[in-house]
Amino acid sequence: MTHSVGIHIKGSASIAGKPLFDALDMTLKAGQWSCLLGPSGIGKTTILYLLADLADHVDFDGEISLDDGKPLLERVSYMAQTDLLMPWLSALDNTLIGQRLRKEPTDHQKAQNLLTQLGLQDHINSYPSAMSGGQRQRVALARTLMEEREIVLLDEPFSALDAGTRADMQALSARWLKGKTVLHVTHDPAEAARLGQQIFLLQEDGLQQIKIPETPVVRAVDDPETLTCQGHLLRLLCGSSA
Amino acid sequence: MMFLIRSLAATSFIILAWQALVTLADLPHFILPSPLRVATTLWEMKSLIASHAMITTIEILLGLLIGTILGVLTAIQLAQSKLTRYIIKPVLVLTQALPVFALAPLFTLWLGYGMESKILVAVLIIYFPVASAFFDGLMQTPKGWLDLAKVMGATPFQRLWRVQIPAALPSFASGLRLAAVYAPIGAVIGEWVGASKGLGYLMLLANGRAKIDLMFAALLVLAVLTLILHYLVGKFCDWLVNKYQP
Repeated sequence: MTHSVGIHIKGSASIAGKPLFDALDMTLKAGQWSCLLGPSGIGKTTILYLLADLADHVDFDGEISLDDGKPLLERVSYMAQTDLLMPWLSALDNTLIGQRLRKEPTDHQKAQNLLTQLGLQDHINSYPSAMSGGQRQRVALARTLMEEREIVLLDEPFSALDAGTRADMQALSARWLKGKTVLHVTHDPAEAARLGQQIFLLQEDGLQQIKIPETPVVRAVDDPETLTCQGHLLRLLCGSSA
Repeated sequence: MMFLIRSLAATSFIILAWQALVTLADLPHFILPSPLRVATTLWEMKSLIASHAMITTIEILLGLLIGTILGVLTAIQLAQSKLTRYIIKPVLVLTQALPVFALAPLFTLWLGYGMESKILVAVLIIYFPVASAFFDGLMQTPKGWLDLAKVMGATPFQRLWRVQIPAALPSFASGLRLAAVYAPIGAVIGEWVGASKGLGYLMLLANGRAKIDLMFAALLVLAVLTLILHYLVGKFCDWLVNKYQP
């Protein structure tokens, strides 16, 4: 297990002159799963892109620092809303793509083990077109785990899945990404209430941290505290879009 | 199977209508020879026609190969650098502004009556659709894949080789399909302008000597060659699209 690292993001951002957020001050605790909610267009994904170094189009005035003072470079992995599997590669080759892209020696055994542990033993050589949405997202999780990065950025990775598969994927991801510093951008209050060890709400008037249920993650979908938190989040979100 | 039956039926209908036209209108064979006469000529002169067809086939295949390779290399080069796009793209468009038919005599002048000038005409015709389609494909690589590659720390070459090129192969296939149709046109244009061999040359020669049946026989062989090429390239392109289309 790699050690985990906390992240501190401070500053303001705009895209092509249009301000997104101002005087943001956000701390992602080491080894914790942080959920970030907010209305569309508020800049949630921009924060994620800033951490992933994908924000060439963003004017960011501020600083991103890590607990250990080292740079962010090559310590981040990323799961997007779509699985981003390459259709011409098998599940195994999709899992190995990171090593191939960096021209490192490929570890087939490790990739096979990961896929097997994620319940894909019968699909190791399958192509994405022959897999269900849930199976594909599990390959994407295997690909993310293969990277062994300390920081994992999730951009609504479960939003396209049906309710049952989504709940399974949430539990599976939480189990496998335990101990990593996770920033999970989501639109779904239920997801945040279930998974968040920290929950942030980004709105017009700034960032606020929401009190989380006391039950440990992954919380049961019907846990009363979880449902209360979910309702609270939804109420706050309703207010912001009015 | 159904397709084969339908094709055979359509072909038989055309041949029958052709024969009927020749018989009923009592056309002389130097204006429109009957299908039977064309078939007889094709059989009697098969070795002559085959030797010319061989030359044209080689010109088409070499033109297709070289044109495709040059087109692919150009597209990759253009996709890699903004500066190259800035400099080379207008030149590419300019080459398309000049009709190849007008350039063909120059190529014959410079490269002689041999195969080289015909291959060059074919290359020029094929080059643009391949380069243009493949370049578009390379530039339209889904952003998500490029982002993923960047976060994973991909080297520029590996990103090109493992993400951009495979993602652009369906676009390349549509360019190649066009190229397969154009390639025979290029070779025959080259032969018309000046040649001593090839189906295009044979057609002109037969036409000049009022051997219209031979001309038709050569035309028929050219059509069959084009169809075979189109079919094979089409199969290959279908496979590419199937495998690489998201």
